[in-house]
Amino acid sequence: MSTTTSTERAAARPATDDLLQVTGLEKHFPITRGAFIRRTVGAVRAVDGIDFTVRSGETLGLVGESGCGKSTTGRLISRLLEPTGGKVVFEGRDISHLSNREMRPLRREVQMIFQDPYSSLNPRHTVGTIVGAPFRVQDIPTSQGVKRAVQDLLKLVGLNPEHYNRYPHEFSGGQRQRIGIARALALRPKLIVADEPVSALDVSIQAQVVNLLGDLQRELNLTYVFIAHDLSVVKHISDRVAVMYLGKIVEVAPRDALYATPMHPYTLALLSAVPVPDPDRRDRAQRERILLTGDVPSPIDPPSGCRFRTRCWKARELCEREVPPLRELATGHVVACHFPVEEAERTPGGRAAAQQAAASVPPATTTPV
Amino acid sequence: MTVGPVTSPTETQPVEEAPAVPGTAIEGRSLGRIAWTRLKRDRVALAGGVTVLLLILVAILAPLINKAFGHPVNEYHQDKIDPNLGGIPPVGTWGGISSEFLLGVQPVTGRDLFSQIIYGAQTSLLIAFAATLLAVAIGIVVGISAGFFGGWLDSLFSRFMDLILAFPLILFAIALISVLPPTRAFRTLVMIVVIGGFSWPYIGRIVRGQTLSLREREFVESARSIGASNLRIIFKELLPNLAAPILVYSTLIIPTNILFEAALSFLGVGVPPPTPSWGRLLSDAVQYYEYDPIYMFVPGMAIFITVLAFNLFGDGLRDALDPKANR
Repeated sequence: MSTTTSTERAAARPATDDLLQVTGLEKHFPITRGAFIRRTVGAVRAVDGIDFTVRSGETLGLVGESGCGKSTTGRLISRLLEPTGGKVVFEGRDISHLSNREMRPLRREVQMIFQDPYSSLNPRHTVGTIVGAPFRVQDIPTSQGVKRAVQDLLKLVGLNPEHYNRYPHEFSGGQRQRIGIARALALRPKLIVADEPVSALDVSIQAQVVNLLGDLQRELNLTYVFIAHDLSVVKHISDRVAVMYLGKIVEVAPRDALYATPMHPYTLALLSAVPVPDPDRRDRAQRERILLTGDVPSPIDPPSGCRFRTRCWKARELCEREVPPLRELATGHVVACHFPVEEAERTPGGRAAAQQAAASVPPATTTPV
Repeated sequence: MTVGPVTSPTETQPVEEAPAVPGTAIEGRSLGRIAWTRLKRDRVALAGGVTVLLLILVAILAPLINKAFGHPVNEYHQDKIDPNLGGIPPVGTWGGISSEFLLGVQPVTGRDLFSQIIYGAQTSLLIAFAATLLAVAIGIVVGISAGFFGGWLDSLFSRFMDLILAFPLILFAIALISVLPPTRAFRTLVMIVVIGGFSWPYIGRIVRGQTLSLREREFVESARSIGASNLRIIFKELLPNLAAPILVYSTLIIPTNILFEAALSFLGVGVPPPTPSWGRLLSDAVQYYEYDPIYMFVPGMAIFITVLAFNLFGDGLRDALDPKANR
């Protein structure tokens, strides 16, 4: 394991061209009633118009709390789901509505690592069958046979190639996740969508798997979309981070900028909630924690305007009326907020002041920003 | 704002694994093999399984066994019937059981009951197995289609299964079979189709339910993400996982089908005489039970032992293939 950080990696590589462009992406799951005649009575707006790009060779972290649509986003990018609106452009090609058959050759380029290592491996297949499946499905010629290719992949992810004939239930969670990674690498993809790849693992194993992903990225020049809810993991592996809330992206920024100067109130709250594994600093962190009130609103009937306004301490009348667009407030730092977080607010006192200011402004005088 | 180094980069440790003997691939223990180990420990299930195997052997080797221990099926032995009691009960106690007639003889005709029973096993098992095979085939196709594709197809198939399960089956079978020509081969075929055609929804429902839950597992998504077609997903990903429940429920509907065949024969709409059938022996015995209770007891025991053996084996199989071990 080398000690290169992801920033050095990003700097070493010219990360210029966009591998993936997502514009106005939407996924609404219909809610139906009735046994024979199904009527659509509503829709879960899991992903509701998001834009972002992924540059070749970088790692884009996608964070947000449970149910904010980040996993759905991952499945839309890898086209396991078909978007109900918007576009997914991979290497300049619109793949949003390609059929299964048309997608097949493209599957080689985009692969997925799944969250649950217990459900992502077929219990009836041996490791050899599981990792060799991509070669068979895609009909890829292997110079020394599928078995050899699979064993090379097992070695690559740090597993014993002799375990070729073993079954998934004979492995630990971390080892299973490595098998899943080997399978994703089999097709030599350009983009890997990792859907919470470590959240089901023990913390000690998490580090191993995250580092493995980092090593593989350097070796094979991979691009990751790394979905997670653990901000520490995302901080470790990402070059840029996108924050999602209720089906929308609220902030995208280079990793360091996001963690040092979060501009969306939700990001600020999210970061303040990260547990601090240091007793000396924990007390201070505890005091500074922003406790959001209320629940995440239902994605069936999201709030008007800014979706975070129902829980935001700075919400004003404008937030209810207008959806805040994503604006670039610093280089590479885009935020969807009418009243971005200011420097003073990063302390509890400043926040209280901001809250008072927001409350005292009469609705009529709010000026659009 | 501080973010704890929860996942500080540590040296990638070699994951825990047994040191492999170089050059030899490590053989994994498949779930099937684990189930077999478990089954071997279950004495009751094993006894059931052995009995089932013996019964199948008896049915297949019926002509040979009969040659060694019995008499030709339709050979009348009037000398074995006691002429003093109206020519009905066999000579001697216990229904005429002797070293020559292992299970006694039929009243009135004096036919060897042993040969009736082993040829009856042939009839019973043939119809029960063929009907089960038919039921499993239809059940798998309908169950997987309904569960995997969902939507209107699922609604249609599910309602259809409900419809069949609500059907007055016995009445329908009696009506249908009695109007069709009573040749042996044709009756056998009709019984297979009727019994199989009405027991598939049991398999169909189970397969549908299992498919519904398997479909949502991530390994199906992962197969899709490497570009696998629906057919490949069904055959390579789903079916291996459905094999266990299908096997268990097949062994559990075989005894039901044996009973059903016996019931139809008892009611006089089974395979036509002189083909031996347990059900018909039983209905025949009803007339004579006052004179010769053994005649009723023997086919009754044959049905009882067969059904019990299949049920015990099926239960043991279900325990051995416990879905909790599917991890």
